[in-house]
Amino acid sequence: MSKNPEFVKFDKVDKSYDGKVLVVKDLQLDIAEGEFITMLGPSGSGKTTCLMMLAGFETPTHGEILLDGNIISNIPPHKRGIGMVFQNYALFPHMTVYENLAFPLRVRKVEKDEIDKKVDKALSMVSLNGFETRMPAQLSGGQQQRVAVARALVFDPAVVLMDEPLGALDKNLRESMQYEIKHIHESIGVTVVYVTHDQSEALTMSNRIAVFNDGKVQQLSDPAELYEKPVNSFVAEFIGENNTFNGEVVDIAKDKCKVKLANSEILANPISVKSKGDKTTVSLRPERALINPTDKMDNMFTGKIEEVIYHGDHTRVRLNLLGSSEFILKVPNSTSNLELKVSQDINIGWNSIDARALDPK
Amino acid sequence: MSSETKQILTTDGIPLEVSLKKAEKKNKIKAFLLVAPLLLFLVITYIFPIGDMFMRSVDDKMITNMLPKTFKAMEKWENLEELPPEEVYRSFYEDYKLLAENQQHGKLGQRLNKEKNGFNTITKKLFRQIKRKKIDESVSLKEQINKLHKRWRNVEYWLAIKRTAPPYTVAKYLKGMDMYFDSDGSITQVEEDRRIHRILWLRTLEIAFFVTLFSFFMGYPIAHLLATLPMKYSNLLMICVLLPFWTSLLVRTASWMILLQQQGLVNDFFVMIGLVGDDNRPEMMYNKVGTYVAMTQILLPFMVLPLYSVMKTISPSLMRAGKSLGGTPFVAFWKVYFPLTIPGIGAGCLLVFILAIGYYITPALVGGASGTLISNQIAFHMKTTLDWSFASAMGLMLLTGVLVIYWIYNKLVGVDNIKLG
Repeated sequence: MSKNPEFVKFDKVDKSYDGKVLVVKDLQLDIAEGEFITMLGPSGSGKTTCLMMLAGFETPTHGEILLDGNIISNIPPHKRGIGMVFQNYALFPHMTVYENLAFPLRVRKVEKDEIDKKVDKALSMVSLNGFETRMPAQLSGGQQQRVAVARALVFDPAVVLMDEPLGALDKNLRESMQYEIKHIHESIGVTVVYVTHDQSEALTMSNRIAVFNDGKVQQLSDPAELYEKPVNSFVAEFIGENNTFNGEVVDIAKDKCKVKLANSEILANPISVKSKGDKTTVSLRPERALINPTDKMDNMFTGKIEEVIYHGDHTRVRLNLLGSSEFILKVPNSTSNLELKVSQDINIGWNSIDARALDPK
Repeated sequence: MSSETKQILTTDGIPLEVSLKKAEKKNKIKAFLLVAPLLLFLVITYIFPIGDMFMRSVDDKMITNMLPKTFKAMEKWENLEELPPEEVYRSFYEDYKLLAENQQHGKLGQRLNKEKNGFNTITKKLFRQIKRKKIDESVSLKEQINKLHKRWRNVEYWLAIKRTAPPYTVAKYLKGMDMYFDSDGSITQVEEDRRIHRILWLRTLEIAFFVTLFSFFMGYPIAHLLATLPMKYSNLLMICVLLPFWTSLLVRTASWMILLQQQGLVNDFFVMIGLVGDDNRPEMMYNKVGTYVAMTQILLPFMVLPLYSVMKTISPSLMRAGKSLGGTPFVAFWKVYFPLTIPGIGAGCLLVFILAIGYYITPALVGGASGTLISNQIAFHMKTTLDWSFASAMGLMLLTGVLVIYWIYNKLVGVDNIKLG
């Protein structure tokens, strides 16, 4: 069966609440059937607004949203058949777990036996069998979350929306829930649109990530590409850590450019710069810079250690390099680790391909 | 180590349990001292007066103290079909003579007259005879007294005296329900055209019920709006709801009088838009309509505030969840939102109903004859007839009624579910 690559389609969608500011600008986004897509961005970037428009609680100011080829902008939320998991779970506190799960089936006039079967199936999916008669208040945060997920899936919706569903859980629980949701998605193949501001959550779970900022999708790609090949300095900054150098392009070739910093020059990979004289911000992931590299690298400099911070599995080293004292290195902690000491001078090297010359900040 | 738990000692050797109790006792005393002023206040202003009211409502000692010998003698009066024996007449005569000497006889006459009409006349007659020393104490007093008036020969009158013997009586409570002790001591209803109290009780319940209903239907949407509007609008609306609270009850009632009277603003408006003719203005005051309108407006905040405080805690995402799961807006409201507001509905209705059942000033001013309530009757007996024991009895009946409603509510909904905020 071929999957519809445009199962959910945002077509030139604008949204404004006050008629002055656009919170979503000209959004063009296609979501394939069965895909797990994450809308990632800082708060106020418009990601939740997009989700609410898809769920039907907000209407686009301009443009259309299509679900499986049908325009849904004028369909009220209860007729869209979209499951939703809310930030605070939104379990009905006066109903038992069973009644919560049965609610979407009862309003659809499903037979009692059928309801029992589906509720049972949904609960076993989130491993909560035997909790049918509990009230939501008697469940832990993680269990409530599972019930909310089960309730959003129990009526077999075509799309499930999740609005920062793990925000209220503690770190360990959040991580295990991430895997659990990911596995549920893989096993039933439902289309999931997930909203979060937690980048590690997005990287762990998604097929594709749409990074939102300022009402626009900055980059839409799979997690690896997003991390390795950010297309602009916002994405580079927002996803993971990165070292930046601000400078000006003095020489540019096909896959290499020379960037002049305050008092030195580095080689970088030209991404958004086009010609000489362009201002640029060069972004370099901390793990791509090596200490005393054995291979030949085209950027080799000497820096002075300012700070060494132990982080368990790795050590972070802050260096004073090329006039900036904010250069961070990540060194894995292994037995062959170097003795790193503050105010020691060390040699650092990286390949120009990893130093991405992006738009200036 | 032995399996028995060893007593744990604190560092200075006192058992832990003992020192814990000591510390807790201190806290308990502190807590008690904090509530003591309120407790004292409640005892003085609430429990004690209610106790006093109760005593007053059942108290019937006056005659008991006035006719001690008579009642003692009456204990031996066995055949109640016939007139009492000579001994009773003699004791009564002696008691009455003593009262006459102390100028107390008038009170007795009045009190007995309440028990049975016509007593005042015949006791006065007896008094005059005693004053003129026309009564010869050496011969049968029964014959002499019987000769004074035919009513003295009627056993009913003697039975009436006997009925007043117990120091306590529930007669006032019976009167509050339009019943009385018949001459043979059985409980009887008053004639149908004189059953005013029962009408008042029913009307009080009816008006309290409908005022609660109206307040609920008007208050629920307002409370919902208050809870869901953005802050800057909801504050304004809240002030509108609370504004009546800050205005004197009398001023509000008076303004309703200005609005509702026949030449009032509302009627003027109706005439102006041609809804009613100028010569056919409807009566909207001095009847139930006036009482309903004014009381609903005055009691509305008591419905809105508990509802609001409950609705404020209901997350808007619940309604959204209901809708996204496929419920129509009505289903989402009815199955999700409404059940969650029941604690607020309970609190609001109970509050409004209890306040309405004892309402007094507003119905007195705008209620007219058909809009007055039981509390107006209580006030009437407090101030006009000065029958305080009857007023107390009715007040206590009202209090009991409220407690019964509270009990029923507790059985049905559970008081723990009430939320006032």
